[in-house]
Amino acid sequence: MSTVSIPAARERAEERRDLRQWLALRGIDGVTLLLAPAAIFTLALFVYPFLYGLVLSFRPNEGDWLGNYRTFFTDPFLHTTIYKTLWLALPATFINIIASVPVAMRVRLMKRQRLLTTILVVPITLGTVLIAEGLLNYLGPQGWFNRVLMSIGLISSPIRLVHNYWGTLISLIISGFPFTFLLTLSYVTGIDPSLEQAAATLGAKPWERFRHIFLPLLVPGFAITFALTFVQMFSVFPSAVLLGEPAGETRVISIAAYTAAYEQYNDSMAAAIAMIMGAVQLVIVSIVLGLRGAFYRGPANTAKG
Amino acid sequence: MALAPHDFRRLRLDGVSRDFGSFNALKDVTLDVARGEFIALLGPSGCGKSTALNCLAGLLTLSSGAIWLDETRVDRLKPEDRGFGMVFQNYALFPHMTVRRNVGFGLAMQGRRRAEIAKKVDAALALVRLQGQVEKLPGQLSGGQQQRVAIARAIVIEPPLVLMDEPLSNLDAKLRLEMRAEIRRIHDLVGSTTIYVTHDQDEALSLADRVVVLREGRVRQIGTPEELYARPLHADVAEFMGYRNVVASRATPTGNGASRVAIGDATLLGTPVDAREGQVVIAFRPDDLTPRADGPIAATVTAAEYRGRDFFGKAATSAGTELYFRSEQKVAPGEAIRLGVDPNRLLIYADGAL
Repeated sequence: MSTVSIPAARERAEERRDLRQWLALRGIDGVTLLLAPAAIFTLALFVYPFLYGLVLSFRPNEGDWLGNYRTFFTDPFLHTTIYKTLWLALPATFINIIASVPVAMRVRLMKRQRLLTTILVVPITLGTVLIAEGLLNYLGPQGWFNRVLMSIGLISSPIRLVHNYWGTLISLIISGFPFTFLLTLSYVTGIDPSLEQAAATLGAKPWERFRHIFLPLLVPGFAITFALTFVQMFSVFPSAVLLGEPAGETRVISIAAYTAAYEQYNDSMAAAIAMIMGAVQLVIVSIVLGLRGAFYRGPANTAKG
Repeated sequence: MALAPHDFRRLRLDGVSRDFGSFNALKDVTLDVARGEFIALLGPSGCGKSTALNCLAGLLTLSSGAIWLDETRVDRLKPEDRGFGMVFQNYALFPHMTVRRNVGFGLAMQGRRRAEIAKKVDAALALVRLQGQVEKLPGQLSGGQQQRVAIARAIVIEPPLVLMDEPLSNLDAKLRLEMRAEIRRIHDLVGSTTIYVTHDQDEALSLADRVVVLREGRVRQIGTPEELYARPLHADVAEFMGYRNVVASRATPTGNGASRVAIGDATLLGTPVDAREGQVVIAFRPDDLTPRADGPIAATVTAAEYRGRDFFGKAATSAGTELYFRSEQKVAPGEAIRLGVDPNRLLIYADGAL
C-alpha cells in the first residue's frame, strides 16, 4: 500500500461514517431496508392499479372524459346503489360497535378470556358463504326461526328474513362482529383498571363509571373501529347476492361495478364506479376520524406508572 | 376549615380474612382505629397489606370477618357506597380530565352544586399547594404534582377514612421525603383518619401514630413507632425492622432478668423478649454493634462502606457467623476487630419463629 493512498482511504472512510451518522440522525439504518418489500407491494398492488383505474375511468367507451361519472349520477339505477350500500353498511357498523361494547366490558373481567374470545371469533373462519347458507336454512320460511315463532303463536305466517334487506344486514352483522369485537376488546382492556376503581371509591355507580371514564377514553378507539368496520361493510358483495335481493333492495355498489365489468364488459365504467365507491368510503372515514380529534386522545392510563 | 371529614368514632376490623383459592392472603386481621389516627400497614411484599387496603376500600370482598364503622357494617357495601377516599399507587388520575375535574369528580358524583364543587376543589388544591395548575391534564404534571392531585381528589369528598396504597413508591428519593412530610401535614390539618400501606419501615415509623406489621397475611405486631423500633415482639418483626444481625444461639438466664447468650466463643448478655432459655434467636441492629477494646466478639472485617458520618461494616467470626456493625473509625477488610453490643439492645426470641 502506498503512503499516498492512506489519507485518501481515511477520508473516504470518514465520509462513509458521516453519511451513516447523517442517516442515523434521521432514524434510517439497515433495518429500514426491510420496509422495501412492503413498499414494492404497495406500489405494485395498490398505487399502480389505483392510478390505472383512475385513468381508465376517464376514458369512457363513448362520450367525453367525464362521461362515466355523468352516467352514474344521472342513472337512478346506478347512483341509488350508494344509498343502498350506506343503508346496509352504516347500521351494521353501528350495531356491531354497540353490541361489542357490553360484551367486551364483561369479557375484560373474565379469567377464561381466551376461550370465550375463540368462540366469539369463530364466525371469522366460517366465511360469508357458509354464514349465508346457514341463515338461508335457519331464517327461511321453513326454517327453525319461523317454525318456532309460529308454533308458540307469535306469528301466523312466516316473516320474510332472507332474500331482502334484513337477510343481508343480519349476515353483515354476524360476519363483521368478531372483527369489531376484537378491536373493541383491545381498546377496553387497554384502559387501566385502577381508573375504574378510583371512580368507584369516589362514589361513581357502574353506569357513571362507564359514562365518565370508559366512554371518553374509548371514543378514539371507536372511531378507528368504526372506520375499519365500515370499510369492510361498504364493500359487501356475497351476502348482498346470496341473502339479499341483488336486483332491488340490496343492489349495492359493488354489484353495480361487477355488472359493469363482467356483464356489460365496460371496464371503464366499472373503474369509475370503483372510484366513486372509494370516494364515498374516504368521505365517511374522514368525517369519523375528524370527529375523533375533538376528544382526548392520549394514553388511557395514568401518565407515569 | 373548608374540609370537614365525616364524623365517626372508630373503625373496627373484626377477624377479616381474604382467600384467593387456597391461598390465605389475609388471615383473621383484627384492628381498632380511632378517629384521627394515622395507621401504617407495614410488611414485605406479599404480606397482605394491599389486600387489606382493598378490602377496606371495597375493591375486594371479604372471605370472612366484618368491618364496622361505629355501628354500621360496611364490608358488604360497594366501594361507591362506602365513601372512603383512596390514593392509588399509580395515582389513577383520569387522564382525560383536567386537574379541576379530577378533584371535583367525587363531589360531582354526589350531585353537589357547581359553585360548591368549585369552592371545595379550590380549598383542596390549596391544601396540597397546587393552585395554578387546575386546567392542566394529568399527563402535563410531574410525578409529585400528580401525587398531590391524587391526594386532593381523595380528601375533597371529606371521607371518614383515607386509604393510601404505597403512594410514594413511584417518586424519587428527594421528592419522597418531601411528600412524606406533606402527607402528615395534610392529615393533621384536615383531621382525617388515614390507613397507609407501605413496605418501607422508615416511612411507617416517621408517619404513623401506630404501625401494624403484617406477615403472610397475619398481624404480627401493632404498636407505636417507638415500640416497634425498640421492642419488636417477634424475631421476624425484628428482622423486618432493621435488626439485620439475627443469630441462632442458646440462652441461660442470669437471674436478674437478663440472659446469657453465645455467638461462637463469645458470651454476651441480652434482654429476653419471648424466650429466656434454651434454643433461641438473638437479634440486634448494626447500629448497636460497635468496635470496642473489651468487646467479647472477635471477628475479621470482610467489607466496609463509607457513609459520611461513620462506616458500615461486615465482619465474620472464626466460626463463620456474619455480622453487620457500625464504626466511627475507619475500618478496612482483613482487619481483626473486637465488637460488642449493649445488653438492652440485644433481644432474645424463641427459636422457630423465622
